[in-house]
Amino acid sequence: MNMPSSRGTCLATLINAAGIHGAADFISDETGEATVLSLADTGRVPGSIERLRGKAVLLALQRQFCAVQAMVMLDGLAGRMILWPADESLADLDAVARSCGADEVITAWPPADLPAHAAAAGDAPGQLPAGCPAIETEWVLFTSGSTGMPKPVVHSLQSLAGHLIGRPAPGGDQPIWCTFYDVRRYGGMQILLRALLAGGSLVLSSPHEPPAAFMARAAAAGVTHILGTPSHWRRALLTPAHRLVSPVYVRLSGETANQAILDQLRAAYPQAALVHAFASTEAGLGFEVSDGLAGFPASLLAGTPFGVELRVQDGTLHLRSTRLAKRLLNQASEAVADADGFVDTGDEVALQGDRYQFAGRRDGVINVGGQKVHPEEVEAVINQYPAVQMSRVSARRSPVIGAIVAAEIVVRPGADGGGLEDALKAFCRAHLAPHKVPASVRQVASLQISASGKLVRARA
Amino acid sequence: MGFTAMDIRAVVIATIETVAAEQGRALRGLDDHLLLIESGLNSLCLAVIVAKLEDELGADPFGADAALAFPETIGDFIKIYEHALV
Repeated sequence: MNMPSSRGTCLATLINAAGIHGAADFISDETGEATVLSLADTGRVPGSIERLRGKAVLLALQRQFCAVQAMVMLDGLAGRMILWPADESLADLDAVARSCGADEVITAWPPADLPAHAAAAGDAPGQLPAGCPAIETEWVLFTSGSTGMPKPVVHSLQSLAGHLIGRPAPGGDQPIWCTFYDVRRYGGMQILLRALLAGGSLVLSSPHEPPAAFMARAAAAGVTHILGTPSHWRRALLTPAHRLVSPVYVRLSGETANQAILDQLRAAYPQAALVHAFASTEAGLGFEVSDGLAGFPASLLAGTPFGVELRVQDGTLHLRSTRLAKRLLNQASEAVADADGFVDTGDEVALQGDRYQFAGRRDGVINVGGQKVHPEEVEAVINQYPAVQMSRVSARRSPVIGAIVAAEIVVRPGADGGGLEDALKAFCRAHLAPHKVPASVRQVASLQISASGKLVRARA
Repeated sequence: MGFTAMDIRAVVIATIETVAAEQGRALRGLDDHLLLIESGLNSLCLAVIVAKLEDELGADPFGADAALAFPETIGDFIKIYEHALV
Protein backbone atom coordinates (compact mmCIF):
# COMPACT_ATOMS: atom_id res chain seq x y z
CA MET A 1 0.00 0.00 0.00
CA ASN A 2 1.33 3.39 -0.93
CA MET A 3 0.51 5.46 2.13
CA PRO A 4 1.32 9.13 1.99
CA SER A 5 4.16 9.84 4.33
CA SER A 6 6.10 12.69 5.78
CA ARG A 7 9.12 10.48 6.49
CA GLY A 8 12.39 11.81 5.14
CA THR A 9 10.98 15.16 4.25
CA CYS A 10 10.07 18.37 6.01
CA LEU A 11 7.08 20.62 6.44
CA ALA A 12 8.23 23.25 3.94
CA THR A 13 8.80 20.62 1.25
CA LEU A 14 5.40 19.08 1.88
CA ILE A 15 3.67 22.49 1.68
CA ASN A 16 5.42 23.14 -1.60
CA ALA A 17 4.31 19.83 -3.09
CA ALA A 18 2.56 20.60 -6.35
CA GLY A 19 -1.15 21.13 -6.26
CA ILE A 20 -1.73 21.54 -2.54
CA HIS A 21 -1.78 25.31 -2.40
CA GLY A 22 -2.98 27.97 -4.77
CA ALA A 23 -1.46 31.43 -4.93
CA ALA A 24 -4.43 32.85 -3.04
CA ASP A 25 -4.11 30.60 0.04
CA PHE A 26 -3.12 32.63 3.07
CA ILE A 27 -2.39 32.56 6.77
CA SER A 28 -3.46 35.59 8.76
CA ASP A 29 -3.68 36.85 12.30
CA GLU A 30 -4.69 40.11 13.95
CA THR A 31 -1.64 41.91 12.67
CA GLY A 32 -0.97 40.58 9.22
CA GLU A 33 -1.28 38.11 6.44
CA ALA A 34 1.03 36.11 4.18
CA THR A 35 0.46 33.58 1.46
CA VAL A 36 1.05 29.98 2.46
CA LEU A 37 3.49 29.56 -0.42
CA SER A 38 5.60 32.55 0.69
CA LEU A 39 5.71 31.07 4.18
CA ALA A 40 7.18 27.88 2.82
CA ASP A 41 9.54 29.62 0.39
CA THR A 42 12.87 28.25 1.50
CA GLY A 43 14.51 31.04 -0.48
CA ARG A 44 13.39 33.43 2.24
CA VAL A 45 14.99 31.46 5.04
CA PRO A 46 17.83 33.50 6.46
CA GLY A 47 21.07 31.70 5.76
CA SER A 48 22.27 32.45 9.27
CA ILE A 49 19.43 30.35 10.66
CA GLU A 50 21.85 27.56 9.81
CA ARG A 51 23.27 28.04 13.29
CA LEU A 52 20.11 26.42 14.67
CA ARG A 53 20.78 23.24 12.68
CA GLY A 54 20.52 20.21 14.92
CA LYS A 55 19.87 22.37 17.98
CA ALA A 56 17.05 22.06 20.50
CA VAL A 57 15.11 25.32 20.08
CA LEU A 58 12.52 26.52 22.57
CA LEU A 59 10.02 28.71 20.73
CA ALA A 60 8.11 30.95 23.12
CA LEU A 61 6.37 33.33 20.74
CA GLN A 62 3.32 35.40 21.59
CA ARG A 63 2.07 35.71 18.03
CA GLN A 64 0.79 32.47 16.55
CA PHE A 65 1.64 33.73 13.08
CA CYS A 66 5.33 34.00 14.03
CA ALA A 67 5.19 30.56 15.61
CA VAL A 68 3.90 29.13 12.34
CA GLN A 69 6.70 30.86 10.38
CA ALA A 70 9.24 29.44 12.80
CA MET A 71 7.82 25.91 12.64
CA VAL A 72 7.90 25.89 8.86
CA MET A 73 11.49 27.14 8.79
CA LEU A 74 12.79 24.94 11.57
CA ASP A 75 11.20 21.60 10.78
CA GLY A 76 13.89 19.50 9.19
CA LEU A 77 16.61 21.83 10.44
CA ALA A 78 16.35 22.00 14.22
CA GLY A 79 16.91 18.82 16.16
CA ARG A 80 14.07 19.61 18.50
CA MET A 81 11.34 22.26 18.37
CA ILE A 82 9.87 22.93 21.79
CA LEU A 83 6.56 24.74 21.33
CA TRP A 84 5.55 26.85 24.33
CA PRO A 85 1.97 28.13 23.88
CA ALA A 86 1.13 31.80 24.34
CA ASP A 87 -1.27 31.02 27.19
CA GLU A 88 1.45 29.44 29.35
CA SER A 89 3.46 31.61 31.71
CA LEU A 90 6.73 33.07 30.47
CA ALA A 91 7.92 33.09 34.08
CA ASP A 92 8.51 29.34 33.79
CA LEU A 93 10.58 29.66 30.63
CA ASP A 94 14.01 29.09 32.18
CA ALA A 95 12.82 25.96 33.94
CA VAL A 96 11.19 24.70 30.76
CA ALA A 97 14.36 25.35 28.77
CA ARG A 98 16.41 23.37 31.29
CA SER A 99 14.00 20.47 31.58
CA CYS A 100 13.60 20.17 27.80
CA GLY A 101 17.31 20.45 27.06
CA ALA A 102 16.91 23.64 25.01
CA ASP A 103 20.08 25.04 23.43
CA GLU A 104 18.35 28.24 22.36
CA VAL A 105 15.33 30.14 23.68
CA ILE A 106 13.64 32.25 21.03
CA THR A 107 11.04 34.83 22.06
CA ALA A 108 10.87 36.86 18.83
CA TRP A 109 10.72 35.66 15.25
CA PRO A 110 12.66 36.15 13.19
CA PRO A 111 15.17 36.30 16.05
CA ALA A 112 16.63 39.76 16.47
CA ASP A 113 20.10 38.54 15.63
CA LEU A 114 18.93 36.90 12.43
CA PRO A 115 18.06 39.27 9.58
CA ALA A 116 14.77 38.58 7.79
CA HIS A 117 16.78 37.88 4.68
CA ALA A 118 20.26 36.46 4.58
CA ALA A 119 22.60 39.38 4.71
CA ALA A 120 25.78 38.28 6.34
CA ALA A 121 28.68 38.10 3.94
CA GLY A 122 29.48 34.59 2.96
CA ASP A 123 26.03 33.30 3.69
CA ALA A 124 24.42 31.27 1.02
CA PRO A 125 21.50 33.30 -0.36
CA GLY A 126 19.15 31.80 2.13
CA GLN A 127 18.72 28.42 0.53
CA LEU A 128 18.31 25.41 2.72
CA PRO A 129 20.58 22.63 1.54
CA ALA A 130 19.20 20.82 -1.48
CA GLY A 131 17.09 17.81 -0.72
CA CYS A 132 16.23 19.24 2.68
CA PRO A 133 16.66 17.71 5.18
CA ALA A 134 18.66 15.09 6.93
CA ILE A 135 17.15 15.79 10.31
CA GLU A 136 13.88 14.38 11.60
CA THR A 137 12.95 17.18 13.95
CA GLU A 138 11.37 16.29 17.27
CA TRP A 139 8.21 18.30 17.90
CA VAL A 140 7.64 18.88 21.61
CA LEU A 141 4.12 19.86 22.63
CA PHE A 142 2.87 20.48 26.14
CA THR A 143 -0.12 18.98 27.83
CA SER A 144 -2.43 21.72 29.03
CA GLY A 145 -1.68 23.22 32.42
CA SER A 146 -2.11 20.99 35.44
CA THR A 147 -0.24 20.85 38.71
CA GLY A 148 3.35 21.90 38.42
CA MET A 149 4.82 22.12 34.97
CA PRO A 150 2.92 21.13 31.84
CA LYS A 151 4.29 17.80 30.59
CA PRO A 152 6.48 17.90 27.47
CA VAL A 153 5.41 15.28 24.93
CA VAL A 154 7.59 14.31 21.95
CA HIS A 155 6.00 13.93 18.52
CA SER A 156 7.34 13.84 14.99
CA LEU A 157 5.90 15.40 11.85
CA GLN A 158 4.87 11.86 10.93
CA SER A 159 2.95 11.21 14.16
CA LEU A 160 1.30 14.64 13.99
CA ALA A 161 0.51 14.80 10.30
CA GLY A 162 0.94 11.38 8.71
CA HIS A 163 -2.81 10.85 8.64
CA LEU A 164 -3.53 14.29 7.15
CA ILE A 165 -1.27 14.32 4.12
CA GLY A 166 -3.16 14.07 0.88
CA ARG A 167 -6.46 13.81 2.68
CA PRO A 168 -8.80 16.49 1.37
CA ALA A 169 -10.59 18.73 3.82
CA PRO A 170 -14.07 17.60 4.78
CA GLY A 171 -16.75 19.58 2.99
CA GLY A 172 -14.96 21.02 0.02
CA ASP A 173 -11.79 22.20 -1.64
CA GLN A 174 -9.68 25.13 -0.50
CA PRO A 175 -11.27 25.53 2.92
CA ILE A 176 -10.58 28.62 4.98
CA TRP A 177 -9.86 27.28 8.43
CA CYS A 178 -9.99 29.23 11.62
CA THR A 179 -9.03 28.17 15.11
CA PHE A 180 -9.78 29.65 18.49
CA TYR A 181 -7.19 27.21 19.71
CA ASP A 182 -3.48 27.95 19.98
CA VAL A 183 -1.77 26.04 17.18
CA ARG A 184 0.86 24.88 19.67
CA ARG A 185 -1.80 22.83 21.45
CA TYR A 186 -2.49 19.44 19.92
CA GLY A 187 -6.01 20.34 18.69
CA GLY A 188 -4.87 23.59 17.10
CA MET A 189 -1.80 21.89 15.63
CA GLN A 190 -4.07 19.43 13.82
CA ILE A 191 -5.90 22.32 12.15
CA LEU A 192 -2.65 24.10 11.26
CA LEU A 193 -1.24 20.95 9.68
CA ARG A 194 -4.49 20.23 7.84
CA ALA A 195 -4.47 23.72 6.36
CA LEU A 196 -0.79 23.49 5.44
CA LEU A 197 -0.75 19.93 4.12
CA ALA A 198 -4.22 19.34 2.69
CA GLY A 199 -4.74 22.77 1.16
CA GLY A 200 -6.58 25.91 2.11
CA SER A 201 -6.05 28.97 4.25
CA LEU A 202 -5.94 29.62 7.97
CA VAL A 203 -7.12 32.48 10.19
CA LEU A 204 -5.34 32.51 13.57
CA SER A 205 -6.56 34.00 16.83
CA SER A 206 -4.51 36.21 19.09
CA PRO A 207 -4.22 35.55 22.82
CA HIS A 208 -6.09 38.64 24.02
CA GLU A 209 -8.40 39.25 21.10
CA PRO A 210 -12.08 39.61 22.11
CA PRO A 211 -14.29 36.88 20.59
CA ALA A 212 -16.42 39.42 18.73
CA ALA A 213 -13.36 40.92 17.02
CA PHE A 214 -12.04 37.47 16.12
CA MET A 215 -15.40 36.39 14.67
CA ALA A 216 -15.62 39.60 12.65
CA ARG A 217 -12.12 39.02 11.29
CA ALA A 218 -12.91 35.38 10.50
CA ALA A 219 -16.08 36.45 8.73
CA ALA A 220 -14.22 39.06 6.67
CA ALA A 221 -11.76 36.36 5.64
CA GLY A 222 -14.64 34.15 4.47
CA VAL A 223 -13.98 31.38 6.96
CA THR A 224 -15.57 28.00 6.12
CA HIS A 225 -14.13 25.60 8.75
CA ILE A 226 -13.89 26.52 12.44
CA LEU A 227 -12.31 24.73 15.41
CA GLY A 228 -12.71 25.48 19.09
CA THR A 229 -13.15 23.83 22.45
CA PRO A 230 -16.74 23.61 23.74
CA SER A 231 -15.81 26.52 26.03
CA HIS A 232 -14.52 28.58 23.12
CA TRP A 233 -17.78 27.92 21.34
CA ARG A 234 -19.95 28.77 24.34
CA ARG A 235 -18.10 32.07 24.56
CA ALA A 236 -18.42 32.73 20.82
CA LEU A 237 -22.16 32.09 20.92
CA LEU A 238 -22.48 34.82 23.54
CA THR A 239 -21.56 37.43 20.97
CA PRO A 240 -23.94 38.37 18.16
CA ALA A 241 -20.82 38.34 15.96
CA HIS A 242 -21.16 34.55 15.76
CA ARG A 243 -23.90 35.20 13.21
CA LEU A 244 -21.41 36.87 10.88
CA VAL A 245 -19.96 33.49 9.87
CA SER A 246 -21.72 30.62 8.17
CA PRO A 247 -19.24 27.75 8.32
CA VAL A 248 -19.74 24.49 6.44
CA TYR A 249 -17.71 22.64 9.07
CA VAL A 250 -17.70 23.16 12.83
CA ARG A 251 -15.29 21.16 14.96
CA LEU A 252 -14.94 20.77 18.71
CA SER A 253 -12.06 19.20 20.60
CA GLY A 254 -10.08 19.57 23.81
CA GLU A 255 -12.99 19.06 26.19
CA THR A 256 -15.98 16.77 26.33
CA ALA A 257 -18.69 18.10 24.03
CA ASN A 258 -22.02 17.73 25.81
CA GLN A 259 -25.35 17.56 24.06
CA ALA A 260 -26.24 21.14 25.01
CA ILE A 261 -23.36 22.74 23.12
CA LEU A 262 -23.83 20.40 20.17
CA ASP A 263 -27.53 21.35 20.00
CA GLN A 264 -26.73 25.05 20.29
CA LEU A 265 -24.20 24.84 17.46
CA ARG A 266 -26.62 22.84 15.35
CA ALA A 267 -29.20 25.60 15.85
CA ALA A 268 -26.69 28.39 15.17
CA TYR A 269 -25.16 26.75 12.08
CA PRO A 270 -27.79 24.40 10.62
CA GLN A 271 -25.87 24.12 7.35
CA ALA A 272 -22.60 22.95 8.93
CA ALA A 273 -21.16 19.49 9.44
CA LEU A 274 -20.77 19.24 13.22
CA VAL A 275 -17.85 17.14 14.39
CA HIS A 276 -16.41 16.54 17.83
CA ALA A 277 -13.02 14.91 18.07
CA PHE A 278 -11.40 12.94 20.84
CA ALA A 279 -7.69 13.61 21.07
CA SER A 280 -4.96 14.08 23.62
CA THR A 281 -1.41 15.35 23.35
CA GLU A 282 -0.02 11.93 24.26
CA ALA A 283 -2.43 9.72 22.32
CA GLY A 284 -2.92 12.01 19.35
CA LEU A 285 -6.16 12.12 17.42
CA GLY A 286 -8.35 9.23 18.54
CA PHE A 287 -11.57 9.53 16.61
CA GLU A 288 -14.19 11.91 15.34
CA VAL A 289 -17.94 11.82 15.90
CA SER A 290 -20.14 13.48 13.28
CA ASP A 291 -23.71 12.43 14.12
CA GLY A 292 -24.31 15.48 16.32
CA LEU A 293 -24.71 13.37 19.44
CA ALA A 294 -22.57 13.52 22.60
CA GLY A 295 -20.34 10.55 23.39
CA PHE A 296 -19.41 8.00 20.74
CA PRO A 297 -21.00 4.87 19.29
CA ALA A 298 -19.91 1.66 21.04
CA SER A 299 -19.45 0.20 17.55
CA LEU A 300 -16.21 2.22 17.25
CA LEU A 301 -14.61 -0.37 19.52
CA ALA A 302 -15.29 -3.15 17.06
CA GLY A 303 -13.26 -1.88 14.14
CA THR A 304 -10.35 0.45 13.53
CA PRO A 305 -12.07 3.64 12.43
CA PHE A 306 -9.65 6.50 11.84
CA GLY A 307 -6.88 3.91 12.10
CA VAL A 308 -7.23 3.68 15.85
CA GLU A 309 -7.93 0.71 18.09
CA LEU A 310 -10.04 1.52 21.12
CA ARG A 311 -10.61 -0.49 24.23
CA VAL A 312 -12.29 0.21 27.54
CA GLN A 313 -10.34 -1.16 30.44
CA ASP A 314 -11.41 -0.69 34.06
CA GLY A 315 -13.86 1.93 32.86
CA THR A 316 -11.30 4.12 31.12
CA LEU A 317 -10.62 4.61 27.45
CA HIS A 318 -7.38 3.20 26.02
CA LEU A 319 -6.25 3.67 22.45
CA ARG A 320 -3.54 2.60 20.04
CA SER A 321 -2.64 4.18 16.71
CA THR A 322 0.25 5.48 14.63
CA ARG A 323 -0.47 8.94 15.98
CA LEU A 324 0.76 8.27 19.52
CA ALA A 325 3.50 10.51 20.85
CA LYS A 326 6.99 8.98 20.77
CA ARG A 327 7.78 9.53 24.42
CA LEU A 328 7.64 11.96 27.29
CA LEU A 329 10.59 14.26 27.93
CA ASN A 330 12.30 14.39 31.26
CA GLN A 331 9.71 12.39 33.19
CA ALA A 332 10.17 9.53 35.63
CA SER A 333 8.93 7.22 32.91
CA GLU A 334 9.28 8.21 29.29
CA ALA A 335 6.78 5.61 28.11
CA VAL A 336 3.58 6.91 26.55
CA ALA A 337 2.01 3.52 25.96
CA ASP A 338 1.78 0.21 27.85
CA ALA A 339 3.48 -3.01 26.74
CA ASP A 340 0.72 -3.62 24.17
CA GLY A 341 1.17 -0.18 22.68
CA PHE A 342 -2.04 1.26 24.14
CA VAL A 343 -2.23 4.68 25.78
CA ASP A 344 -4.39 4.95 28.88
CA THR A 345 -6.19 8.26 28.33
CA GLY A 346 -7.43 8.45 31.93
CA ASP A 347 -10.85 9.41 30.58
CA GLU A 348 -13.66 7.44 32.18
CA VAL A 349 -16.47 6.29 29.92
CA ALA A 350 -19.82 4.71 30.70
CA LEU A 351 -21.93 2.63 28.32
CA GLN A 352 -25.45 4.03 27.95
CA GLY A 353 -27.47 2.10 25.39
CA ASP A 354 -25.31 1.76 22.31
CA ARG A 355 -23.08 4.75 23.07
CA TYR A 356 -20.26 5.51 25.43
CA GLN A 357 -20.51 8.80 27.31
CA PHE A 358 -17.55 10.53 28.92
CA ALA A 359 -17.83 10.47 32.70
CA GLY A 360 -14.92 12.59 33.91
CA ARG A 361 -11.29 11.82 34.65
CA ARG A 362 -10.08 8.86 36.65
CA ASP A 363 -7.61 11.14 38.43
CA GLY A 364 -10.48 13.52 39.28
CA VAL A 365 -8.93 16.30 37.20
CA ILE A 366 -11.50 19.03 36.58
CA ASN A 367 -11.56 20.59 33.13
CA VAL A 368 -12.46 24.25 33.61
CA GLY A 369 -12.91 25.62 30.12
CA GLY A 370 -9.98 23.56 28.83
CA GLN A 371 -7.71 24.30 31.80
CA LYS A 372 -7.01 21.36 34.06
CA VAL A 373 -7.40 21.58 37.82
CA HIS A 374 -6.22 18.86 40.20
CA PRO A 375 -8.58 18.65 43.19
CA GLU A 376 -5.62 17.84 45.46
CA GLU A 377 -3.93 21.15 44.68
CA VAL A 378 -7.04 23.13 45.64
CA GLU A 379 -7.66 20.99 48.74
CA ALA A 380 -4.09 21.62 49.87
CA VAL A 381 -4.73 25.37 49.85
CA ILE A 382 -8.14 25.12 51.51
CA ASN A 383 -6.73 22.86 54.22
CA GLN A 384 -4.21 25.56 55.17
CA TYR A 385 -7.08 27.80 56.22
CA PRO A 386 -7.23 27.76 60.01
CA ALA A 387 -10.97 27.12 60.40
CA VAL A 388 -10.98 24.17 57.99
CA GLN A 389 -10.59 20.62 59.28
CA MET A 390 -10.72 18.91 55.90
CA SER A 391 -12.05 19.46 52.43
CA ARG A 392 -13.06 17.76 49.23
CA VAL A 393 -12.94 19.42 45.83
CA SER A 394 -14.90 18.21 42.86
CA ALA A 395 -16.27 19.32 39.51
CA ARG A 396 -19.57 21.11 39.27
CA ARG A 397 -21.18 21.15 35.85
CA SER A 398 -21.32 24.56 34.20
CA PRO A 399 -23.31 25.55 31.12
CA VAL A 400 -20.73 28.27 30.44
CA ILE A 401 -17.33 26.59 30.73
CA GLY A 402 -18.08 22.88 31.09
CA ALA A 403 -17.13 22.63 34.73
CA ILE A 404 -16.20 24.78 37.68
CA VAL A 405 -14.52 23.93 40.97
CA ALA A 406 -16.73 23.20 43.97
CA ALA A 407 -15.54 22.57 47.52
CA GLU A 408 -17.04 20.85 50.52
CA ILE A 409 -15.48 21.66 53.86
CA VAL A 410 -15.65 20.29 57.36
CA VAL A 411 -15.23 23.12 59.86
CA ARG A 412 -12.72 22.60 62.66
CA PRO A 413 -14.42 21.95 66.00
CA GLY A 414 -14.83 25.20 67.88
CA ALA A 415 -14.16 27.35 64.81
CA ASP A 416 -16.73 29.92 63.77
CA GLY A 417 -18.40 28.86 60.53
CA GLY A 418 -20.16 32.19 60.04
CA GLY A 419 -19.03 34.07 56.92
CA LEU A 420 -16.47 31.35 56.36
CA GLU A 421 -17.37 30.68 52.71
CA ASP A 422 -16.51 34.17 51.51
CA ALA A 423 -13.37 34.41 53.63
CA LEU A 424 -12.18 31.05 52.36
CA LYS A 425 -12.79 32.01 48.74
CA ALA A 426 -10.80 35.20 49.27
CA PHE A 427 -7.99 33.10 50.79
CA CYS A 428 -8.05 30.79 47.76
CA ARG A 429 -7.97 33.73 45.35
CA ALA A 430 -4.77 34.90 47.02
CA HIS A 431 -3.14 31.48 46.53
CA LEU A 432 -4.59 30.01 43.34
CA ALA A 433 -5.15 30.93 39.71
CA PRO A 434 -8.70 32.28 39.18
CA HIS A 435 -10.01 29.12 37.45
CA LYS A 436 -8.83 26.98 40.40
CA VAL A 437 -10.69 28.98 43.06
CA PRO A 438 -13.84 27.18 44.20
CA ALA A 439 -16.93 28.83 42.75
CA SER A 440 -18.96 27.40 45.58
CA VAL A 441 -18.09 26.31 49.12
CA ARG A 442 -20.45 24.16 51.14
CA GLN A 443 -20.09 23.20 54.78
CA VAL A 444 -20.71 19.50 55.50
CA ALA A 445 -20.73 17.59 58.77
CA SER A 446 -18.20 15.02 57.61
CA LEU A 447 -16.40 13.63 54.55
CA GLN A 448 -16.13 9.93 53.96
CA ILE A 449 -12.73 8.26 54.27
CA SER A 450 -12.15 4.87 52.66
CA ALA A 451 -10.68 1.81 54.41
CA SER A 452 -7.31 2.68 52.88
CA GLY A 453 -7.48 6.11 54.49
CA LYS A 454 -8.20 8.07 51.35
CA LEU A 455 -10.87 10.64 50.77
CA VAL A 456 -13.78 9.01 48.97
CA ARG A 457 -14.33 10.95 45.78
CA ALA A 458 -17.75 11.05 44.21
CA ARG A 459 -17.61 9.89 40.62
CA ALA A 460 -19.32 11.95 38.00
CA MET B 1 -42.17 29.78 44.55
CA GLY B 2 -42.77 33.13 46.14
CA PHE B 3 -40.47 35.22 43.98
CA THR B 4 -41.57 38.29 42.11
CA ALA B 5 -39.90 39.45 38.94
CA MET B 6 -38.51 42.43 40.89
CA ASP B 7 -36.97 40.11 43.49
CA ILE B 8 -35.29 38.07 40.83
CA ARG B 9 -33.98 41.05 38.93
CA ALA B 10 -32.51 42.40 42.18
CA VAL B 11 -30.89 39.06 43.09
CA VAL B 12 -29.41 38.59 39.62
CA ILE B 13 -27.98 42.12 39.49
CA ALA B 14 -26.61 41.82 43.04
CA THR B 15 -25.01 38.48 42.17
CA ILE B 16 -23.41 39.90 39.05
CA GLU B 17 -21.99 42.81 41.05
CA THR B 18 -20.73 40.56 43.85
CA VAL B 19 -18.96 38.17 41.49
CA ALA B 20 -17.46 41.01 39.45
CA ALA B 21 -16.10 42.53 42.67
CA GLU B 22 -14.73 39.15 43.86
CA GLN B 23 -12.99 38.59 40.54
CA GLY B 24 -11.71 42.14 40.34
CA ARG B 25 -13.58 42.93 37.11
CA ALA B 26 -14.79 46.46 36.36
CA LEU B 27 -18.43 46.38 35.26
CA ARG B 28 -19.97 48.58 32.59
CA GLY B 29 -23.32 50.12 33.60
CA LEU B 30 -25.73 47.19 33.74
CA ASP B 31 -28.64 47.97 31.49
CA ASP B 32 -30.80 45.39 29.81
CA HIS B 33 -29.36 45.92 26.34
CA LEU B 34 -25.74 45.51 27.42
CA LEU B 35 -24.11 42.39 25.94
CA LEU B 36 -22.87 40.05 28.67
CA ILE B 37 -19.63 39.61 26.82
CA GLU B 38 -19.08 43.37 26.81
CA SER B 39 -20.16 43.89 30.41
CA GLY B 40 -16.69 43.31 31.82
CA LEU B 41 -17.51 39.74 32.88
CA ASN B 42 -15.41 36.91 31.49
CA SER B 43 -16.56 33.31 30.98
CA LEU B 44 -15.37 32.26 34.43
CA CYS B 45 -17.41 35.08 36.04
CA LEU B 46 -20.50 34.00 34.13
CA ALA B 47 -19.98 30.41 35.24
CA VAL B 48 -19.64 31.50 38.87
CA ILE B 49 -22.75 33.72 38.59
CA VAL B 50 -24.82 30.83 37.23
CA ALA B 51 -23.63 28.54 40.05
CA LYS B 52 -24.33 31.20 42.70
CA LEU B 53 -27.80 31.86 41.35
CA GLU B 54 -28.53 28.14 41.45
CA ASP B 55 -27.50 28.11 45.12
CA GLU B 56 -29.47 31.25 45.98
CA LEU B 57 -32.60 30.88 43.86
CA GLY B 58 -32.72 27.11 43.58
CA ALA B 59 -32.99 27.35 39.82
CA ASP B 60 -30.61 26.19 37.12
CA PRO B 61 -32.47 27.06 33.92
CA PHE B 62 -29.56 25.94 31.76
CA GLY B 63 -29.23 22.58 33.46
CA ALA B 64 -33.02 22.11 33.32
CA ASP B 65 -33.16 22.74 29.58
CA ALA B 66 -30.04 21.61 27.74
CA ALA B 67 -31.25 23.20 24.51
CA LEU B 68 -31.51 26.63 26.14
CA ALA B 69 -28.91 28.85 24.51
CA PHE B 70 -26.94 31.13 26.77
CA PRO B 71 -28.37 34.65 26.38
CA GLU B 72 -26.44 37.51 24.84
CA THR B 73 -27.72 40.47 26.86
CA ILE B 74 -28.14 41.22 30.56
CA GLY B 75 -31.88 41.70 30.01
CA ASP B 76 -32.29 38.28 28.40
CA PHE B 77 -30.20 36.70 31.15
CA ILE B 78 -32.52 38.15 33.81
CA LYS B 79 -35.58 37.09 31.80
CA ILE B 80 -34.43 33.46 31.76
CA TYR B 81 -34.40 33.42 35.58
CA GLU B 82 -37.73 35.25 35.77
CA HIS B 83 -39.22 32.74 33.38
CA ALA B 84 -37.88 29.82 35.42
CA LEU B 85 -39.10 31.14 38.78
CA VAL B 86 -42.12 33.39 38.51
